[in-house]
Amino acid sequence: MLELFKAKEPLRFMKFSRSAMVLSILLVGASLVTLGINKLNWGLDFTGGTVIEVAFEQVANLPKVRNVLEKSHYFGAIVQYFGNSRSVMVRVPPIKGLKGEVLGAQIVHTLQAANIGKLSMRRVEFVGPNVGKELAIDGGLAIVISLFCIMLYVSIRFEWRLALGAVLALAHDVIITLGVFSFFHLEFDLTVLAAVLAVIGYSLNDTIVVFDRIRENFRRMSNSTTVGIVDMSLTQTLTRTTITSGLTSFVLIALFVVGGPVIHGFSTALLIGIFVGTYSSIYVASALAVRFGLSREDMIPKVVEKEGADQESLM
Amino acid sequence: MLNKFPMWKYLALGFVVLICFLYASPNLFGDDPAVQISATRGAKLEITTLKKVQYLLSNAKIKPIKETLEHGQILIRFKTGHDQLIGRDLISEALGDSFIVALNLAPATPSWLTDIGGTPLNLGLDLRGGVHFLMEVDMSEAIKKAQQEMLQDLRLSLREQKIRFRGISQSKENGSIALRFADEGTLQKALKFLKPINRGYQFTEQKTGDVYNLNVAMTTAKIQSTKEDALQQNLTILRNRVNELGVAEPLVQRQGSDRIVIELPGVQDTARAKEILGATATLEFHAVDTSTEMNDAVAGRLPPSSIVYKKRNGQPVVIKKQVILTGNHIVNAQARADEFGQPEVNISLDSKGGSKMSRFTKDNIGKPMATLFIEYLPTNKKNKAGKLVMKKHEVIANVATIQAQLGRSFRITGLSNNSEAHNLALLLRAGALTAPIQIVEERTIGPSLGKQNIINGIHAMLYGLLAVTLFMVIYYRKFGLIAIAALLFNIVMIIAVMSMIPGATLTLPGIAGIVLTVGMAVDANVLIFERIREELNSGRSVQKSIHEGYANAFSTIADSNITTLITAIILFAVGTGPVKGFAVTLIIGIATSMYTSIFGTRAIVNALWGGRNDIKKISI
Repeated sequence: MLELFKAKEPLRFMKFSRSAMVLSILLVGASLVTLGINKLNWGLDFTGGTVIEVAFEQVANLPKVRNVLEKSHYFGAIVQYFGNSRSVMVRVPPIKGLKGEVLGAQIVHTLQAANIGKLSMRRVEFVGPNVGKELAIDGGLAIVISLFCIMLYVSIRFEWRLALGAVLALAHDVIITLGVFSFFHLEFDLTVLAAVLAVIGYSLNDTIVVFDRIRENFRRMSNSTTVGIVDMSLTQTLTRTTITSGLTSFVLIALFVVGGPVIHGFSTALLIGIFVGTYSSIYVASALAVRFGLSREDMIPKVVEKEGADQESLM
Repeated sequence: MLNKFPMWKYLALGFVVLICFLYASPNLFGDDPAVQISATRGAKLEITTLKKVQYLLSNAKIKPIKETLEHGQILIRFKTGHDQLIGRDLISEALGDSFIVALNLAPATPSWLTDIGGTPLNLGLDLRGGVHFLMEVDMSEAIKKAQQEMLQDLRLSLREQKIRFRGISQSKENGSIALRFADEGTLQKALKFLKPINRGYQFTEQKTGDVYNLNVAMTTAKIQSTKEDALQQNLTILRNRVNELGVAEPLVQRQGSDRIVIELPGVQDTARAKEILGATATLEFHAVDTSTEMNDAVAGRLPPSSIVYKKRNGQPVVIKKQVILTGNHIVNAQARADEFGQPEVNISLDSKGGSKMSRFTKDNIGKPMATLFIEYLPTNKKNKAGKLVMKKHEVIANVATIQAQLGRSFRITGLSNNSEAHNLALLLRAGALTAPIQIVEERTIGPSLGKQNIINGIHAMLYGLLAVTLFMVIYYRKFGLIAIAALLFNIVMIIAVMSMIPGATLTLPGIAGIVLTVGMAVDANVLIFERIREELNSGRSVQKSIHEGYANAFSTIADSNITTLITAIILFAVGTGPVKGFAVTLIIGIATSMYTSIFGTRAIVNALWGGRNDIKKISI
């Protein structure tokens, strides 16, 4: 039998909880700082504007493309390769007095007319500025509502200390994922938003598995301390946590490598999220619940002694 | 006995497997290039049309796979895309303007599968190519228009009633109207008269100094209904225009309170699409020229003040060129049944239109009046500047006899049936667009990108699956193999369910969602298998370990899936387009993966090892 971890004794996870907490606070702090300074590199979906993707038959010459666009007075256009050296993406901010929906087709025609090689339109996307703002608000709302619903569900199924721990861990994951996107200036579009929400779901998955074990162990091991039980539970679920995170990462790496450039942001966000989420379900969710004063009494429903319960039923 | 399933459970599983493979199978057959013919307003597709098309094609030595006339549409499947293009040109030339001839891809699903409801997946625009528009209705304009109408109305009705007022003005802030009166008595008189005939407006009295004010404002309900009408009207008009485009399977749908989504699969030329969507339609009322003989008129002998137009059924009508009234004055038109159950259309005009109509009809009682519908439709030709040539398309919508002097609201009767009344009302409303629309979002995906996206998605899934399979088989051996079998079936099941739900659309993020489910479905099995190993390590028997492993892991799996489900549902509620597609596959994936990874694997495990006491070791 192949085994990843063979622990006879529970690993002392909680021993490092203080240093982990410091690390988490530092990471969240750094993320907030970079979000404050660099902001997010909002994609077209949120800022509005026009994106054109064209495919050249030969390797595209970016400076020439830029030159053509500038000569035709499309200023502020961002020109870059998209996925490979034959695909070129042009992004134009909203131009006052010019309707965005006309702009895309115009630029494609301009490029086709210029002597820079044969090319064909792959996609043109135009988003009005107001639509983007609404999407950003809806997205933020979706994250907050998700966290609230999860808090409610975990409170009902488990206990409020665990729920609070879980939700703080999720917020931790979301902030750090956004922080990484902000730090590396990765484009944040709608699919990334979807990925961030999926991260919430996934990271929670890990946390719930651990909590479930903690609850079970509180029932089983009647003479252990809270910390001992949490350590034991984390050790027992460690193999599963590692395997699942690993397998999901395999799949995501495949998606990143061959899924095409459109899906890059999505897979990147999930990869970061799953990595951070695995760590946080161990060191943030459980550690916080312990810090909030989780105890045996909270986890085990008090047995109400009923009169005559020890006697056999008459019916 | 432990780990034994009763027979019915296997039968149920077998049934589910069979159904899923059956309904997933339409996706294997691919598409035939096809030409789709549908009739425009007024024209009708008949078996003779089909015969004509068949004759045309056989003359050109093109052998189609199959021709069908169904749901008022003719669908002709071709062997090659080349045949399809030649066929389209031939047919559209021969049939003329009354028919829409569009290129399409028809699923090559065998008919027995189609008969039991088997259809392939709907592909999103990002996978099949096409244009997506999001249009916004200018609601403030709609409200403004309604308030201006109201101002005119109030002024006119007070004058008619000879109720004197000192002044009337409109507030710049909220568009409410203020009427000023000299004394309390007149104000009360005005209020008594105006209130019952203006429902949906709120009247408030106010006295400042020696001026008696009466404020008239729209109620919130009235504002809501005005907005709703504006949206519905635009929706109807856009639907009609999209039909003119000749696109196979277009989508026109409202989104939220003031937006309309239009999806045109396969369309690359957005300029043409936009011109058609922006095309205008107007309406005019004309007097019918009864003094000219029809035969003379058709032969071209008619006075210069008259002109001949055709009704939709082709019958010619001679009308006077002078316009009584244009459609801009129409505020509303509703199809109803009168007290005898006969169809009629009730029309409301604005005050200006009302007085024009009243002046004309006073002298023309007993004479016929025609409604002319004018539409500017784009043709396939372009002028020198590269702009599409628009063709004026005029048709007499209706001829009615004037029964009495008409005012602001009147009705057209003598319609042959309800659907004619409905159509006329629709055309009348279409003539007067209450609120302008503008494009707020546009996405065009080229067909090559669509294909590339599908290939990329499938590759990602295959590689991901391969990596997971390798790990599972090495780590859990036979149990790993069982988990992989369940995983593969899970993918089939997602595809089957998505094919069965009519509204579900597969997008690129949707494929990502399925890929992600591959990781997720395995998680449940990892949980179960780790549990079984633990039980084995603690010295339990093989049978007991399997039983306990599944039992203990169940609540964990359920809890973790429900929480993921919560986020997926919120994503579905908030997201639009591709993101919604991701949420849909995620939701379906969660449900199916619970079934396959818990029940599916258990069934195999039980069949292989269940109830056998001779087993001392299992391959896990």
